[in-house]
Amino acid sequence: MITLSSVTKRYASDVAIGPVDLEVPAGGITALIGPNGAGKSTLLTIVGRLLGMDAGAVEIAGLDVARTRSADLARVVAVLRQENHLVTRLTVRQLVGFGRFPHSRGRLTAHDEEVVSRSVDFLDLGALEGRYLDELSGGQRQRAYVAMVLAQDTEVVLLDEPLNNLDMAHSVQMMQLLRRMTTELGRTVVVVLHDVNFAGHYADHVVALKDGLVRYTGTPAEVIRAEVLTDVFDTPVDVVDGPRGRLAVYY
Amino acid sequence: MTSAALAGSASTGATTGETTGGPTGATTGGNVSRRSSRSRLVTVPFVAAVVGTAALVVASLFVGVFDVLGADDGWRMFLVTRVPRTVTLVLAGAVMAMSGLVMQQLTQNRFVEPTTTGTTEWAGLGMLAVMVVAPGAPLLLKMVAAVLAAFVGTLVFFAFLQRVALRSSVVVPIVGLMLGAVVGAVSTYVALSTNLLQSMGAWFLGSFTSVIQGQYEPIWAVVVVVVAVAVAADRFTVAGLGRDVSTGLGLDHRRVVLLGTVLIAAATGIVTVVVGNLPYLGLVVPNVVSMARGDDLRSNLPWVAVVGVALVTAADLLGRVVVMPFEIPVATILSVVGGVVFLALLLRQRRRG
Repeated sequence: MITLSSVTKRYASDVAIGPVDLEVPAGGITALIGPNGAGKSTLLTIVGRLLGMDAGAVEIAGLDVARTRSADLARVVAVLRQENHLVTRLTVRQLVGFGRFPHSRGRLTAHDEEVVSRSVDFLDLGALEGRYLDELSGGQRQRAYVAMVLAQDTEVVLLDEPLNNLDMAHSVQMMQLLRRMTTELGRTVVVVLHDVNFAGHYADHVVALKDGLVRYTGTPAEVIRAEVLTDVFDTPVDVVDGPRGRLAVYY
Repeated sequence: MTSAALAGSASTGATTGETTGGPTGATTGGNVSRRSSRSRLVTVPFVAAVVGTAALVVASLFVGVFDVLGADDGWRMFLVTRVPRTVTLVLAGAVMAMSGLVMQQLTQNRFVEPTTTGTTEWAGLGMLAVMVVAPGAPLLLKMVAAVLAAFVGTLVFFAFLQRVALRSSVVVPIVGLMLGAVVGAVSTYVALSTNLLQSMGAWFLGSFTSVIQGQYEPIWAVVVVVVAVAVAADRFTVAGLGRDVSTGLGLDHRRVVLLGTVLIAAATGIVTVVVGNLPYLGLVVPNVVSMARGDDLRSNLPWVAVVGVALVTAADLLGRVVVMPFEIPVATILSVVGGVVFLALLLRQRRRG
């Protein structure tokens, strides 16, 4: 679904990403994990064409990201960064409505309204849809943004640390929602996750990055292993069998 | 491309045949169509606002020292001064309020408008340059120079904004005001040393007094700006979600910013040449409308235009009436009103954190 070939991005002489070669399969959740500064978010923003690359190529569903018109890409891939500074005073529903912009250029049709309603309901925001975003909690606002991305109705959804600012219950809820997006709606979801246990439990594929390079890829069973995580995170990690699956322990 | 989504949703039974592609599953089917994202425009308050503004506009046609109804050449006077003045009030009020709104969207900053970013000062400098180089130049040439200078000045400000990451901060308009003060100081110096200070004085204090037949016609050009802003309204709103979100939605953010800058510069340049400086108009009106209705730009635009017209017309009427038979420049009144609202907004922002 997503193919990265020799993607390279250089910041300073000593900070660089890549060359990264990676194949993200269609369907399911692919989690990007790794320590701070490994380049997870940068890689995700490059794939989502929010950031240019110095060399290499990214292809999403056969479209070359660097060459395809942004408006056309917006119907294939949706991308959400972790911090979204918003001054505009919008209601939840209005924000989610913007997810239809790639399809309707702002004039919402009846079909658009229907998709918006479903997205709002999917994220369980029905009761809040008339509220202004600045009246919501961080978690609710996060869900509103995800609803917008969902309403964009793209095959591929890229999310940068969607669990940021969420407490335990909301994090679990969010991951379950992303799961349902893949199983019920057939989306391909790529997420940057900080917590390896969330990756191990909810993802179908895990990509571990370190120093701007892909170190390991595979199923959770293949990547969430003591020697792999110890190597990637530079800290002793044990993986134990917990009551609900394998757990990385690093405290 | 959504065949997978369709296959997934078919079993949930919530979709209607092949039209879809949207998320399904969690819906309860029936309540979907009643909801809508857009606020309705033609409402009782809006009609009331339009009627009230129209009353102000009509009043503007008939208020003044000269008795246009009684005197012999009243009709001629009416056409030579009152009609041009009122047309200018309507167009300048609408376009400057709309420019403020667009600028706030593009910069993601509530405190930004042509007079808090130096744009008007740049327009004044451009106009002055023509007056110095070619004293007898026609109005049109001054206008072109003002628009070009306003464009350059706004780009300078935006370039500055991109380099510093303080988009939401109140520092942004303060820097803009300082930038404007520097440019204004240059203008003053040049005007002083070329004996043009008096002609520039009219610009520093925007006033509709000298707006008469033969001198106001260029203002009609802002109709193009008004229409263009209305057409591109959705793009400006999406741009207001920020560079990343709007790019993710397929918007060419840079092109929209450029388009907005061209429109703002055109509006500011034209209004500056015909009327002068109209301080805080673009700040007060969009913020008041936003507080009352939120920020759905397309349905807010008519509101912003109407309230802009109402505010300028009311301020001008007040200026004509309080010290009759003399006039107070509209800029003076707008400064007082705008200053108070600006302060209130700052305090509000601080309380919200």
